[in-house]
Amino acid sequence: MTALLSIALNSWLHTRSGNSRFLKSPIIVNKNKDVDSIVVRIAGDSGDGIQLLGSQFAVSTALSGSDFATFPDYPAEIRAPVGTTFGVSAYQINLGGGPITTAGDAPDVLIAFNPAALKVSLPLLEKGALVILNNDSFTPRNLAKAGYDSDPRKDDTLADYQVVAADISRLNLEAVKQFGLSKSEGGRCKNFYALGVLMWMFDRDLASSETWLNRRLGEQPTLRDANTAALRAGHAYGETAELAATLPQIHLPETKLEPGEYRGITGAEALALGVAAAGELADKPILFCSYPITPASPLLHRLARLSEMGVGTFQAEDEIAAICAAIGASYGGMIGVTSSSGPGIALKTEAMGLAVSAELPLLIVNWQRGGPSTGLPTKTEQSDLYQAVYGRNADTPLPVIAAATSGDCFEMAIEAVRIALRHMTPVILLVDGYLSNATEPWKIPDVSALPAIEHNALPPSDDSPQRRAFARDSESLGRPWVYPGMPGLMHRIGGLEKDIDTGHISYDPANHQAMTDLRSAKVASVANFIPEQKMELGADSGKLVVVGWGSTYGPIYQAARATGASFMHLRYLNPLPKNLGALLSRFDTILVPEMNTGQLSTLLRDKLGVSPVSFPKVSGQPFHISELVEKIAAVSKEQAS
Amino acid sequence: MTEKLTAKDFTTAQEVRWCPGCGDYAILKSVTNALADVGASRENTAFVSGIGCAARFPYYVETYGFHTIHGRAPAVATGLKLANPELDVWVVTGDGDGLSIGGNHLMHALRRNVGLKILLFNNEIYGLTKGQYSPTSRVGTTSPSSPRGSFDAPLSPGQFALGAGGKFFARGVDTDKTGMSDVLRQAHAFQGTSLVEIFQNCIVYNENVFADFTDRKNAANSQLHLKHGEAMLFGENNGKGIHLNRDTLQLEVVDAEKSPDEVLIHDEGNATIARLLIDLHLPVALGVIYRQPATSYEDAFYAHHPSRMQRTKSIGDFIRGPSSWVVD
Repeated sequence: MTALLSIALNSWLHTRSGNSRFLKSPIIVNKNKDVDSIVVRIAGDSGDGIQLLGSQFAVSTALSGSDFATFPDYPAEIRAPVGTTFGVSAYQINLGGGPITTAGDAPDVLIAFNPAALKVSLPLLEKGALVILNNDSFTPRNLAKAGYDSDPRKDDTLADYQVVAADISRLNLEAVKQFGLSKSEGGRCKNFYALGVLMWMFDRDLASSETWLNRRLGEQPTLRDANTAALRAGHAYGETAELAATLPQIHLPETKLEPGEYRGITGAEALALGVAAAGELADKPILFCSYPITPASPLLHRLARLSEMGVGTFQAEDEIAAICAAIGASYGGMIGVTSSSGPGIALKTEAMGLAVSAELPLLIVNWQRGGPSTGLPTKTEQSDLYQAVYGRNADTPLPVIAAATSGDCFEMAIEAVRIALRHMTPVILLVDGYLSNATEPWKIPDVSALPAIEHNALPPSDDSPQRRAFARDSESLGRPWVYPGMPGLMHRIGGLEKDIDTGHISYDPANHQAMTDLRSAKVASVANFIPEQKMELGADSGKLVVVGWGSTYGPIYQAARATGASFMHLRYLNPLPKNLGALLSRFDTILVPEMNTGQLSTLLRDKLGVSPVSFPKVSGQPFHISELVEKIAAVSKEQAS
Repeated sequence: MTEKLTAKDFTTAQEVRWCPGCGDYAILKSVTNALADVGASRENTAFVSGIGCAARFPYYVETYGFHTIHGRAPAVATGLKLANPELDVWVVTGDGDGLSIGGNHLMHALRRNVGLKILLFNNEIYGLTKGQYSPTSRVGTTSPSSPRGSFDAPLSPGQFALGAGGKFFARGVDTDKTGMSDVLRQAHAFQGTSLVEIFQNCIVYNENVFADFTDRKNAANSQLHLKHGEAMLFGENNGKGIHLNRDTLQLEVVDAEKSPDEVLIHDEGNATIARLLIDLHLPVALGVIYRQPATSYEDAFYAHHPSRMQRTKSIGDFIRGPSSWVVD
């Protein structure tokens, strides 16, 4: 280990005394010892209710006052063949004293519902981690399906871990026996049994989950009572003498979050609320038009329940119809919004050009996932930056912004609509698939303090309606929003090149040059309205700055904090903040970690003429803090030599 | 209420750029006449089109107009109609735009029954791209892309409409002022998607492709003008009638004077007869072939958004989610 890296790690350990990777053994060996943070991974079949188990645990974590971040990691198949490794669904949560900004590098605790879940998760664990197994699922058949030649409980596979093999299936069935459920119905309660065990481990009150069960299954009292019994039985199991000796009970410190009111929130929830809030701030209804696609669909599901906010949802026949209907809505005076993931965004591309040409407001949300083609639908990536900034036919610029965290999706959705209405342009909001389902505590903003979203008024004029519809604001270059139904303003718009003043069809060479320049200048003008780039952490000049965008905020934040590196995070990608070039020039080295092959590096090189050091990762998994710490150290060392 | 507008009030100052003699001119005139006849309001009317010769239409009508992208007009128009159901939304499309690249959107507009009046200009050829065969071209159509004749089976717009669950299908001939006026008026009145197939003569790339039934000299014998509740009569002095052969389940021509009781009475709500009428050739069925009133998509959409797209709650009512906690 290099001297510099040691220093970095020491400083990191100092601030992150409970970090999973480097302080593994104290957590487990010293049972009942209080630690700062701990990473739990729950893994099972995609039909085992793992995501529900995880989200229930997250809610109780929030209510207990701990900070947390989650990472739902689920397969593309809805119900993959039972017991197979490709059917494993997992939920990882990092919890403890704040600030916690990632779901954690390596789990300290693994709950594996079957051999396949163990097989898939074991490589993620550090030595010494606690592994809780569902004993009953380790049948010869399941072992074979998972690809185990011999029983890992009996060979040396688990020699380096602390193992608790519990008869979860059997104990759960006993707990629910009195309710007369079928074996499969009763078996499905085992996620709540495991939740009970976890709740005991973390000394939690069962009330939040019992309330949830009551609300969710109130109409099916037998199922509600069976799940409640399973939950309580799991909790009691932790308390029994035989297990108290094996299972540690963990007390986490309360986080030192800023005072205020908090809730747990996923990116999809925050984005839905942001879109609805934008409609309220602009005093316009929202028409959300989309076609189901992973991982974008949760936004459709959320918005479908916000009709009292003046939000309508239209499930279109395909991706193209979705954006076209959204454009039609914007043309008709509502705020048109569409959302998809990379492949669907590709299909929408031609219509984005129409919105640019017709100068109509539109929000396009891209929940990025691994590619190319169908790629890794359920895994996260940031590889649609080129597509967003450069990926259309002809010179068709549009503003691109990106959310950093789940909670940030709220603010950035509002910001996107604000830009769209001010400049009368489509705006792309990039979010990573990771954010769609990742839960984090979110300080509830004071919505009464949010400024209204203005739209361009129609100035009084004696000009023809056609000219009035294209009388653009001199600062934003946005035209007035004139739509059908307005008396005396009938005019025609379209995708053919328009005369710059009248909007009539024009093939005039000088006019096309002027219109092309106008479209560029309009997007460039966005930079005059957005905040300047600020430092997230560290000095605003020096040897090294780490530059991130999107969901890498969490791991970069922790790595920069641990190493003392300067860190800036970009929310505005096209145009870039006006001061960004000057700010970057104050550093010797610019390090850009991103979950693609170096797209932001290329963008910065193109727009600002800088030469960043790219740190790409395309495994479909978020960055580990440790790999960023190592990279920062390595780059720093190269600088020094 | 302002004074009644005339066809001239619906005409823009734009120079019309279709080929001299194109059937589109006659259709434009019929449409502006129909808008005046039905008392349409200019600000509450919008024409939405895709790409193709027909798609230039919105530039020539003094209403709101949106010339969009190839095949997508029904999708754009659906969004527009949802945003403002009070608007009269017309879609102008062609056989390539509506049935080839945009077939999916047309199909879904029809099955949803969105309140759109869709004018499908069928000339059985791609005009704007210079004469390639289209999805409605008959087998053997010689074109730049099919020099030895096309071999794709053609699509029937009427069968497509009914197959997709469309509730209104009518036909007109570009130069037939009377027939067009009637069809456009009825399409306008329908609550839901009204699809009107207009046989349009492309004088440059597919001239006279419909001449066997549009030629005025023989029109009486080659055209069957349908009226709901009236006998299906045609020919000189309405001497011929349409009869359903109940053994073969085919339509046949009978002598209406000799066997008046065998002549079918047109029932617009009968989808089975409508399908037979769509396939009938010489005579060719014109007018409203099928009409089945149903709830429009926009009515259902607003009924399923309980506050009818009005904001009855504030973001503050939702932002706390199912549970929140306070950090002191």
